[in-house]
Amino acid sequence: MDHFRNPRNVGEIPDADGVGTVGNPVCGDMMTIYIKVKDDKIADIKFKTFGCGAAVATSSMVTELAKGRTLEEAMKITRADVAQELGGLPPIKMHCSNLAADALHSAIEDYKKKEK
Amino acid sequence: MKRIYMDYQAGSPVDPRVVEAMAPYFGAAFGNPSSTHVFGQEAKAAVEEARAKIASMIGAERKEDIVFTSGGTESNNLALVGAAQRNKEKGNAIVSSSIEHISILNICKYLSRLGFETRQIPVDNQGLVDPITIERMITDKTILVSVMYANGEIGTIEPIADIGRITHAHGALFHVDAVAAAGRVPIDVGKENIDLLSLSSNDIYGPKGVGALYVRKEARIRPIIMGGGQERGLRSGTENVPGIVGMGKAAEIAVQEMSNESAQLARLRDKLRTKIPEHIPHSYVNGHPTRRLPNNLSVRFSYIEGESLVLSLDMEGIAVSSGSACSSKTLELSHVLRAIGLKHEEAHGSLLFSLGRWNTEEEVDEVLRLLPEIVRRLRRMSPLTPKELQV
Repeated sequence: MDHFRNPRNVGEIPDADGVGTVGNPVCGDMMTIYIKVKDDKIADIKFKTFGCGAAVATSSMVTELAKGRTLEEAMKITRADVAQELGGLPPIKMHCSNLAADALHSAIEDYKKKEK
Repeated sequence: MKRIYMDYQAGSPVDPRVVEAMAPYFGAAFGNPSSTHVFGQEAKAAVEEARAKIASMIGAERKEDIVFTSGGTESNNLALVGAAQRNKEKGNAIVSSSIEHISILNICKYLSRLGFETRQIPVDNQGLVDPITIERMITDKTILVSVMYANGEIGTIEPIADIGRITHAHGALFHVDAVAAAGRVPIDVGKENIDLLSLSSNDIYGPKGVGALYVRKEARIRPIIMGGGQERGLRSGTENVPGIVGMGKAAEIAVQEMSNESAQLARLRDKLRTKIPEHIPHSYVNGHPTRRLPNNLSVRFSYIEGESLVLSLDMEGIAVSSGSACSSKTLELSHVLRAIGLKHEEAHGSLLFSLGRWNTEEEVDEVLRLLPEIVRRLRRMSPLTPKELQV
């Protein structure tokens, strides 16, 4: 609930190195994650979310978990990690934590593609 | 922090006068209405008195036409399954609408697995059922038409008398789910051509776990709960005497106070209805502009999601509900909001205020004070919000 009340890292990065969007408004959940990469680490990360309480909380948590990590470490962050850090999520809300982890990975993939 | 409750359609307190009326029937007058002795007879008298009060609330001529059940859902089951099973020699088709309560929709699914042909007619974008469309759907195989008196989510009040007239002209039975409407708008089963009518006690500030089905004497249905034959054989089981007494008292209060209460609630509802779009851009009211229940308001807010709205309001002590998928047990979007033509993303951003007997203008003012910033906060977080709204 804390991450819903006071989400961390809300916002956009206009000159982001990688952007990942998952979900869509039709489903009722959509997240976009922006990353800035320096020395192979996530120097800055921001998110925007259209979604329920768990969606906001999991987005916020995933940005906290990923900030400052290397890209390799960040790619290993799973939905279970996010849920665990939040102190557990009700089963019906687990799909929201999927989206958070997927959005992060998608942003990293986007960065890698741009790098090529 | 003051707590404000605006989710009466989900659950409502029991009026203290109702609690008082019920109390003797837990202890002093605890008898079984079927018993011959005085303990039984005094319980029976109380049940019959309640029965008469409920008949009076809906303009039913005979109090015997009221059958007590465990609530609105059971009444809907008894009406549809009972009517279908009793009349299946005459035909197998049932017509209802796409905005019925989920119980009606699921009962229809059950009946279609049994071999009945069930159809839900669409509504317009204000939630109105068109009697002409009903007429077109009715065939010589149609035995039952079921349309709710008013929808508890978007508030739209249906043209019941017309639908009833058309249904009868084609020889079918007419069932009306009046759970959301009873106690808020006047109902007259005779004038409105109604054969079967579902009622719920908690929705009129009586106890939960009690309801009733009005069954016109000439309407033939089968019971769905078998046993000792109580309620003219239509609903077996020892009667929930305190609950029934409570529902009766609630109906009596509703008859006396409905007119003033509905006017007052409509005032409060209208304050929300006009001020919300005034103070919050890209907010829209769902449902019919005038033919609507006095106490409810469904509003949608672009670019944000309903459950996070409900949670944010809850953090400020305000209780409401939403039609969004994430806020439902089944993770499905409100079928009512979809039926009136809202796109998914529009329906996800909806909020339902359902007001009741104890709401005050101060509470409405407090909600109006807090809601704009809550919406702004969520819009700041949303990837869908256009630049000009990002404040």
